[in-house]
Amino acid sequence: MSAKAPKKIVATTSLAGCFGCHMSLLDIDERILDLIELVEFNKSPLDDIKTFTKECDVGLIEGGCCNDENVHVLTEFRKHCKTLVAFGECALMGGLPALRNVLPLKECLDEAYLDGPTVADGNPGKIIPHDPDLPKILNRVYPCHEVVKIDYFLPGCPPSADLIWDALVALVTGKELDLQYRSFKFD
Amino acid sequence: MASFVRFTLDGKTCLAEEGAQLVAAAREAGVYIPTLCNYPGIPPKGACRICTVLVNGIPQTACTTKVVEDMNVATTTPELEAFRRSVVEILFAEGNHLCPSCERSGNCELQALAYRYRVTVSNFPYLFPKRDVEAWHPKLVKDHNRCIQCKRCIRGIHNAAGHAIFAFGKRGDKVVINIDPDTSKDIDDELAQRAMDICPVGAILRKGKGFDVPIGRRTYDRAPIGSEVRP
Repeated sequence: MSAKAPKKIVATTSLAGCFGCHMSLLDIDERILDLIELVEFNKSPLDDIKTFTKECDVGLIEGGCCNDENVHVLTEFRKHCKTLVAFGECALMGGLPALRNVLPLKECLDEAYLDGPTVADGNPGKIIPHDPDLPKILNRVYPCHEVVKIDYFLPGCPPSADLIWDALVALVTGKELDLQYRSFKFD
Repeated sequence: MASFVRFTLDGKTCLAEEGAQLVAAAREAGVYIPTLCNYPGIPPKGACRICTVLVNGIPQTACTTKVVEDMNVATTTPELEAFRRSVVEILFAEGNHLCPSCERSGNCELQALAYRYRVTVSNFPYLFPKRDVEAWHPKLVKDHNRCIQCKRCIRGIHNAAGHAIFAFGKRGDKVVINIDPDTSKDIDDELAQRAMDICPVGAILRKGKGFDVPIGRRTYDRAPIGSEVRP
């Protein structure tokens, strides 16, 4: 790659995830030095850029949508990224947060703030948080592709560093992804 | 002496014992037909449809088809492969299949087929059905979230008296496969293990057991399902 070729711009976010997928991204170890030769990061928790300052080539989405803020961020990513990649079990099908999908939202909130054994006397006012500054919880957790169009999916919990690396390099260099069986896993 | 018949498999002429199950005959001939509800040694059911092949141009389940003279079988057309992919996707959307938290992950036939067909997300909406985990049995756990109703346990697991220890409850999309409290009362550890092994997914688990094979050494960690027949 010539030194003058403009770097591809990558944005990342963690919605209803645990940041494990971002940790796995960092697990590419010293290849991160190669990565910063290939790409420039824009909005991402890795560089703490909070809002998009440029149009991006690739957006990496960790986690599904469990509240209205997640939906807002995901929609912003769709607007500002040419290619969106959902990575990790939660982004693909809701994952662990989606365990609540079999229950009505009210039951979940009641258990968390009123009736659960760990609440004890910690909530004397019997308040379920509802400050307007807090994101609104959705009725259930939605996989990303049920909210916006997603171009590519990387499975795993978390996806292996090799899979993320191979996919990212393929995307920014335009080369075809040579998908390895050993890095394509759901766990 | 068994009599042999000649049949065509993906354009090649093959021999098989007359009346042999098509899945087994193809395996003998080095052709892998994916299966899920089929299990060697128990009567085939044709429940999951993933082994669908074209027999003389007509889609049929290979587990319930017997080989006859001059049969012409196609196992791997683009349409069949797309159909099989859909079967896997439907099963993932229909139940609650959270691979990262499943004891069977890495040894699961449904997951292995998803790897083989490179299924990342289901093209069908995830239903998130409310299902129970039954843990009353002293030796077994039945997790209905993961059950794909293949009926392998009903067909293959019997107590010493020959009675099935698993049985249907309810009907249609409410169907559940339950542990029969009477016939399963006195099962030993060996039968409990066989019940766990016969389940293609993690719906039947032995109590007090799990995660005993490290990641990297599980059945489908290194090579796709069916690669012992055809890579």
